[in-house]
Parts: sequence; structure tokens; C-alpha cells
Amino acid sequence: MPENSLPTADTDAQKRGKSPLSLEISGISKSFGRFPALNDVSLHARDKEFLALLGPSGSGKTTLLRVLAGLERPDAGEVRFAGEDFLSLPVRSRKVGMVFQHYALFRHMTVAQNIAFGLTVRPRRERPSKSETADRVADLLKLVQLEDLGARFPAQLSGGQRQRVALARALAIEPKMLLLDEPFGALDAQVRRELRRWLRELHDRAGVTTVFVTHDQEEALDLADRVAILKDGRLIQLGTPNEVYEKPADPFVYDFLGAACRLPGVIEGGRLTVADWESKAPADAPQGRVDVFFRPDEVMFAPLDGAGLAGEVKAVVQRGPDARIECLIEGRLFELEARGPGVPSGVAPGLSLRIKPLRPKIYAAA
Amino acid sequence: MTLANPVVGARPVSSVRLPGLAILLVLASAVVMAVLVLLPLFVVFHDAFAKGIGKYLASIRDPDAISAIQLTLLVAAIAVPLNAAFGIAAAWCIAKFEFRGKAALLTLIDLPFSMSPVVSGLVWVLLFGAQGWFGTWLIDHDIKIIFATTGLVLATILVTFPFVARELIPLMQDQGSDEEAAALTLGAGGFTTFWRITLPNIRWALLYGVLLCNARAMGEFGAVSVVSGHIRGLTTTLPLHVEVLYNDYDFVGAFAAASLLASLGLITLVLKTGLEWRHAGELAANRRH
Repeated sequence: MPENSLPTADTDAQKRGKSPLSLEISGISKSFGRFPALNDVSLHARDKEFLALLGPSGSGKTTLLRVLAGLERPDAGEVRFAGEDFLSLPVRSRKVGMVFQHYALFRHMTVAQNIAFGLTVRPRRERPSKSETADRVADLLKLVQLEDLGARFPAQLSGGQRQRVALARALAIEPKMLLLDEPFGALDAQVRRELRRWLRELHDRAGVTTVFVTHDQEEALDLADRVAILKDGRLIQLGTPNEVYEKPADPFVYDFLGAACRLPGVIEGGRLTVADWESKAPADAPQGRVDVFFRPDEVMFAPLDGAGLAGEVKAVVQRGPDARIECLIEGRLFELEARGPGVPSGVAPGLSLRIKPLRPKIYAAA
Repeated sequence: MTLANPVVGARPVSSVRLPGLAILLVLASAVVMAVLVLLPLFVVFHDAFAKGIGKYLASIRDPDAISAIQLTLLVAAIAVPLNAAFGIAAAWCIAKFEFRGKAALLTLIDLPFSMSPVVSGLVWVLLFGAQGWFGTWLIDHDIKIIFATTGLVLATILVTFPFVARELIPLMQDQGSDEEAAALTLGAGGFTTFWRITLPNIRWALLYGVLLCNARAMGEFGAVSVVSGHIRGLTTTLPLHVEVLYNDYDFVGAFAAASLLASLGLITLVLKTGLEWRHAGELAANRRH
């Protein structure tokens, strides 16, 4: 096999098919007054990895990003980047490209001046010449597909265009790491989806470690190599999108990553009982009183003499071949989703049937 | 003096007309404007030129008048830059950082607005006057503050202290510190960030504040009157010069000097309106308060 067809990283990393560590965050704590924003957070990102920090507002994800940028000083902990102690470096020496939630474009400068800013503030001997700067700006404008807008001011751009200028400005300094704070937060859904793919491609081409903050689980799962889920300043789970979706660490993660239905149950002697439905409990499930979670679209409908939870249909909303079925189970109303052939025949309000969760997740009762 | 300026070029005003009332209101304000603003302004210029342009020019070329003009310019030239620097520093602290005592600092900045200018003058007399706290020490060391230019400058600074800060604080609070943070991450140092990001972002509001500060500094009477001692040709600023001449029954002289102050006011007004018209957006934070 020709040598250049394989990555020449160290054998250990090769075995796992991954590149070496680049960002190491350990034991970071930070509080604002009495409010703890980050509580002993430790996580790693590999070189050129696309890492998402996902969490509800107030989970500390933006604070963590600002710690990485050097805009906040943590109370405790360590950040290393490529082996270097990052916390001892001032902001300006870290060479991180940061894209702010509201872009923070310099409002009194043109797009081209914005992008060139990072180059023009370099110490004189490292500063590129005027023509080199102009060339670099032109390249970046091309990269973000805004070739003709160099002379405009930020106020004359749309949200999506501003976001791309912010990205070009961050890339101009050839950053060692890209930090994105809710990069799509201020955009409408359509633009958001377009930019998402484009951003991922840009990341792959630029080849820098990227950390991005979002509260949108779909965005994180769709875009990132790995997702770190934060809650109340703590890291709850870290894993690939598939790992966190398939094996949520706790009910919070399960609930946060998608629509969830919850029912109380009991596990005794390897049998799981939820209301009148009994089934074999998974081997790793806790004993005693449990909470059973399932996704509203991961259920199978059966006639009343089949297996599953007894339910009564309260309302049906048909959407082409699919249907949203509101069911009363155990005195609680659930909005379930059925697709195509999964829609029970003759489903109508008043119908009694059985609902079998296909992939229930079981957590010890809170 | 008020900072609550009318809305200029901002949100469109919905026009619901109340029949009859509109005309009445327009007429009333026209009459009030004419009697209270235009008439006095007319009187100033009328009386200044009452005995011909020759007499007017002579009054202005009078050595005491010239020294009053020079002193007024000197006091403003010292007080305004100092207050601009202070205003930028205070607004920066208040708008971009959280700290204990922020509310107290804001209140303190406003104090000169709510305090009679006479008090602003009197405090300096109490501190540096012959019978003041530091009076004997100053006399021993032959340093004159009261009845001297230094005192005039101090009194003016105290009175005009809030203008720039008050103008900048809402704007800077509105702008936040994200742009500065962005500049830092792009490799800029503290001073570069200040010169290239912070200052350009507030330039028009700063100019606006300086303009108002200057108008007040040159026109201040009360505080300056207390510390001046009214020594002709030495410690009389233009407003004090007007008073001195008026008390001497030199009406042409008094009104000639007053016409200079009125002209200064008119020029300020034109510049101010120009700024509001041209850069309404960058002063916008103010209009909302």
C-alpha cells in the first residue's frame, strides 16, 4: 500500500482512526458573583475536530467558549492547546478566530476593512504589505462568496452575509482554532440550513479545530463530529452525535435531544412492568422503580389483543401518508407519530388500541 | 439646559388629528416661541446695534471685552478637553464593566445637573478661599486659585462635568463590548482597540457632547461668578463682562457682549442640528432616553 494513502499519525491514534488531541480542557470552574456558570468541566477535542457545545440557555456553554477565547478568566482549571498552556496567553496571542453571536462586525469599517483588521494590527515586522493584505481579503471574500461586497458597510448586509463576513474576518488571522457562538442563532430557518452545510465544508477545507456553541440539538447532531452536552455549568455527556442520541446519559439528555414521552414503571426479576404492559427488561437496566422514556415516533400500534400499553385515541391529524395521533395512556395525553404503513388502519378518535414503545430507555426513577 | 431632545428623524409619529385642537396648539406654541425665544433674541441684537455699528465694534474691541473673550476661550479650552477625557473614561467604565458602586457613580455624575451652579462655585471658595480649608496653606505658598483663572476653570469643570459622559453612556451601553472583544481576538492590543474601534464608534456622540459642554462652559455664569471676584480685564469671562457693563449702565457694551454669547448659542444650535440630522443613527441611543 502506498504510504501517502494513510495518515501518518502515531500508531495509537491510527488504530482508533483519530487524530491526536489538540484542545484539552480540565477542571474548568467559573462563577459570576454567587452564580456558578461552569462547574469542573473537562473535555478534549482532537485536531481538526468539529466539536459542538450543546445546552439550554444558562448551561455555561458561551462562558466556556469565552474562556477558550481568553475573554473570561476561569476561577479554576486548565486549558491546553497543542500542549501549550492556553490560560497564560493573553487573548491577542491565542490566535483563535471567534465568530460572535451577533457577529460584532466593526460598524464603521467596510467589509474589506473588517476582514483586513486582524492583519493590519499585527506588529510592523509581521504585517503583510498593502497589496498582500488586499490579495488575502480578496481570497477570503471569494471563499465566503461575497466577492462584490467588499466596499459595503455591515449595516448594508443581510444577516447571512454578515455572518459570512464575521467568519472571513476570523479566518483572516489563520487561526489555530475557530470558536463560533450560536453561529446561526440570529438567522431564519431557511438560511440557517443552507449555511450549516456550507460551514461544515468550510471547516473541512480550512482544517482547524472548531468549537461551536448552540442550543439547537438538531444543528449539533447534524454538524458536529462530537457533541458535548452541558447543563447548569456541568458537562453531562460527550460523544459522537449517534452515541449521545442512542445512549443518552440521563433523562435530561434524552429529553433535550428530541421529543420524549415518559411513563413510570417497575423492574423486578428481569421483567419491566409499565401499567398493564409487561416485557423483558434490558440487561443493563436499573432495578426497582424506573422512568421509561420513548420517542413519540418510535412506537408500534397494535390491536387491543396485542402487546403494549393500552391507549385511547383522542385525535388524529393526517399529513399525507403520516399521522399525528393523540393518545391517552395511563391518564396522560401523548402526541405520537406514525409513518406510512405504521399508521393503524381505521384510526379515529375513540378507538382503543395498544402502543408498544420500540426502543424504550430506562432510567432509575428520580 | 436639557438633554431630553426632541425625536429627530426617528420613528414616524402617528397623526391622529383632533379637529380644532391642532390649530389651537400650533398657535399657542407659535406665540410662546415668539414671545419667549425670538423676541429676547431680537432685543439682544437690536440693543447691541442701537447706537450704530461703530459703537458696537468699539464695545467689542474694548480691552476689557477682548480679555473677557480670551479668558472665556481659555477656560473652555482647558475645561472642555478635560471633561471630554473624563466623560470618555467614565462612560467606558460604566458601559463596559460591572462593578460595585456603579449606581453611585452614575448619580454622582448627574449631581452638577441637579445642583445650583452657585453651589458648584461656592465649594471651591470653601476649599481654596482665604478662609477655606486650604486657604492659609495656599497663601503661605503664594498660590492663587480663587479670584484667578484656576478657580474659573475648576468651577466650569464642575458645572459642565456631566455633558460628555451623559451623552456617551447610553450609546456605549447600547453598543456593548463585543466589537472590542472581537478586536482583541483578532490580535489587537488595548490601545489599538481603543483608537480603532471604541473611539470611531462614539465619535459623533462625543462631538455632540463636546458641543453642548462647550456651549455651557462658555455661557456659565453662576458658578464662575462666585469664584471670579469680578476683576475687570483679569477674571471676568464674557457672561460676567455682560453683568459688569450692565451694572455700569453701558447698555450697548452689555448687549454687544451678549450678542457674542447669543451667536455662540446659535452656532451651537446649527452644528447640533446638523449632527442630529446627519448622524441620527449614531446618536440614536440618546433619543430613546
